[in-house]
Amino acid sequence: MALIIRKYCAIRDARISVDGKAVFSYEGQDGFKKFIRAAYKHYQTDYPKFFKMDNLSKLGFFSVEVLLKGEDILKLHPAEKTGIILTNASSSLEIDEKHFESIKDRGHYFPSPSNFVYTLPNIMAGEAAIRHKIKGENTVLISEHFDPELVFCLVELAFKSKLLSSCICGWVEQYENNYESLLFLVEKDKNNSAEDIIFEPSNLTNIYKLEQKDGRINTKA
Amino acid sequence: MEELIQKLKEEIIEVLNLEEMEPGEIDPDAPLFGEGLGLDSIDALELIVLLEKNYGIKIEDPKDGRKIFFSLRTMAEYITEHQK
Amino acid sequence: MMADVYAGAENIISSLGFNIAENIANIFAGNTGIVRDESGKYSPIPLPLSVVDHNRLDELFAENLSRENPPVRYTMLEKMFIISIKDALRQNYIEINSSDTLIIISSTKGNIDLLQPEQQKKFGRKRIYLHELGRMIAGYFNNPNTPLIVSNACISGVLGIVYGERLIKSGKYKHVIVCGGDLMSEFIVSGFQSFQSLSMNPCKPFDKTRDGLNLGEGCGTLILSSDPGAFAEKNPVKVLGGAGSNDANHISGPSRTGEGLYIAIDHAFRTSDIHAAQLDTISVHGTATDYNDEMESRALSRAGLEKVPVNSYKGYFGHTLGAAGVIETAISLQSMKKNMLFRSAGYSKHGVSKNINVISKTEEKEINTCLKTASGFGGSNAALVFQKE
Repeated sequence: MALIIRKYCAIRDARISVDGKAVFSYEGQDGFKKFIRAAYKHYQTDYPKFFKMDNLSKLGFFSVEVLLKGEDILKLHPAEKTGIILTNASSSLEIDEKHFESIKDRGHYFPSPSNFVYTLPNIMAGEAAIRHKIKGENTVLISEHFDPELVFCLVELAFKSKLLSSCICGWVEQYENNYESLLFLVEKDKNNSAEDIIFEPSNLTNIYKLEQKDGRINTKA
Repeated sequence: MEELIQKLKEEIIEVLNLEEMEPGEIDPDAPLFGEGLGLDSIDALELIVLLEKNYGIKIEDPKDGRKIFFSLRTMAEYITEHQK
Repeated sequence: MMADVYAGAENIISSLGFNIAENIANIFAGNTGIVRDESGKYSPIPLPLSVVDHNRLDELFAENLSRENPPVRYTMLEKMFIISIKDALRQNYIEINSSDTLIIISSTKGNIDLLQPEQQKKFGRKRIYLHELGRMIAGYFNNPNTPLIVSNACISGVLGIVYGERLIKSGKYKHVIVCGGDLMSEFIVSGFQSFQSLSMNPCKPFDKTRDGLNLGEGCGTLILSSDPGAFAEKNPVKVLGGAGSNDANHISGPSRTGEGLYIAIDHAFRTSDIHAAQLDTISVHGTATDYNDEMESRALSRAGLEKVPVNSYKGYFGHTLGAAGVIETAISLQSMKKNMLFRSAGYSKHGVSKNINVISKTEEKEINTCLKTASGFGGSNAALVFQKE
């Protein structure tokens, strides 16, 4: 069973690209929050809950948004056979620190439920699932770097268990102004078209390298 | 009361991240939950934190929240009654 | 040829003990590990919590350390993982330092206590990253593979086993050590408090008077292997298969219909090639919040599982987050091996809308097939099926 990458998208350095082509870039050099807000506006996204998300979920949610733009994924695949498998390095560290700050002082002790809920990295997968009504397997795993072998292996196994017919997978990493996402929409190969990119580790590695070719590689916190 | 309502509008927009809303757009008598502002259960819990943090009012039973947070006006009334 | 997958060599470190025998003895006796904590360490107010004896952990660890390792500093959670894995290895013949063996770590918050500046000074900021924690554990045991780290809220433990099963079945590894663990912390307690989901009394899953959950800490380990002879115990239990799903409904509230959990159960059945009538018992998530337990009752009913004896172990251990799935699976394996149904602690009067069969007393019953489920924040669900040979 061959799996193909039907579409991929990358977000980094205030730029968004789809299938290797730039589709949006933000000129301001003023950090993640402004950039992702501008991207949200540019895509005319109408989803007020977006503004309630923490930065990691904003990045994960919006990456899936870009990936599925113009796709009616549930027309092609049953909701319960569409999966989301994401990896990242920093988990939800930024919002973890914010939640920790809110409880540091027992005399001024106001933990916020809307912060706390985001102290789980898998909430970003949940947000995307809610938005697109995706009900299949969803998992968040932690790896130090984008690990093509890991992503490939777990996605392939989920397909092999016959539980998936499509999967959104990849890397969504964010801590303060260091952010980077690379997502793939993976499906079973039905047409054997020569243009299809085979879903395999070497292709994931190549795409990741191409997306980083200006040398501004994901800086770790 | 009107002054308190105005202040609450600004606080709610900030704490609930209603980024797209202007204070003028919120009707003080309209329901906060359901259709109105599209608030959900986490927002309700967040409003409980707001009352405690900014007004020193503790709501022991979250079920009371439904009445207190019906609208901005009911919220303002509750604060006026309970603030020490 | 797909390999069969066997599970065993289970360990639990919890408020009820440091190995499986201690934990089971306490469950037999009907003891709960949930105790009112007045230390002020985790919360400004006293709360019922299920906490591990850290002094005993330190003592045990010191014994182990002096024998086998250069002096490296390990965090409380890392110590828990190491002691737990060591105990599992005593019941198994696999080589942990072989490239055929993978370690899977399931944790919701990892070394979250390192957010405290004094802790960070002691261990370094890097250790707060879950992959660093993984590196420490693999390093301790000289395991050459990068551990797989699942951080998927409350279903992390069950998902860890699901992935372990697939990795062995496909032939990628011969053995997988699945270890789930989380620490008690003010970080977690304050968050659940802000969600108003904590009970002030020992929790009562599925009971009419249930009013919230208790938090717990702990660690659980299982060894999965394609070789049934790798286990000291004869006749290890088989893992048939598992699956995950999402409610696609709300990030914190469970679905009202139970559809998401139903999908996970249905998929787990399909991939295991079994059907509802074959099940002898179910261990569910059962946190004792209003909505969770109600949702689970609906999902079980929809899956045709109303009559099957069902248990929540939260009344013994509290909710141990990323550890919960592994700890509860370990108890379920014991339940199968001993042919015993364990009482669902805290349950007396039926309090969910569907007529599910909550276990009200510990008794003997032949158990061949068991379902384990978990559900959590983010709308995620997971299910796993075990069967005796």
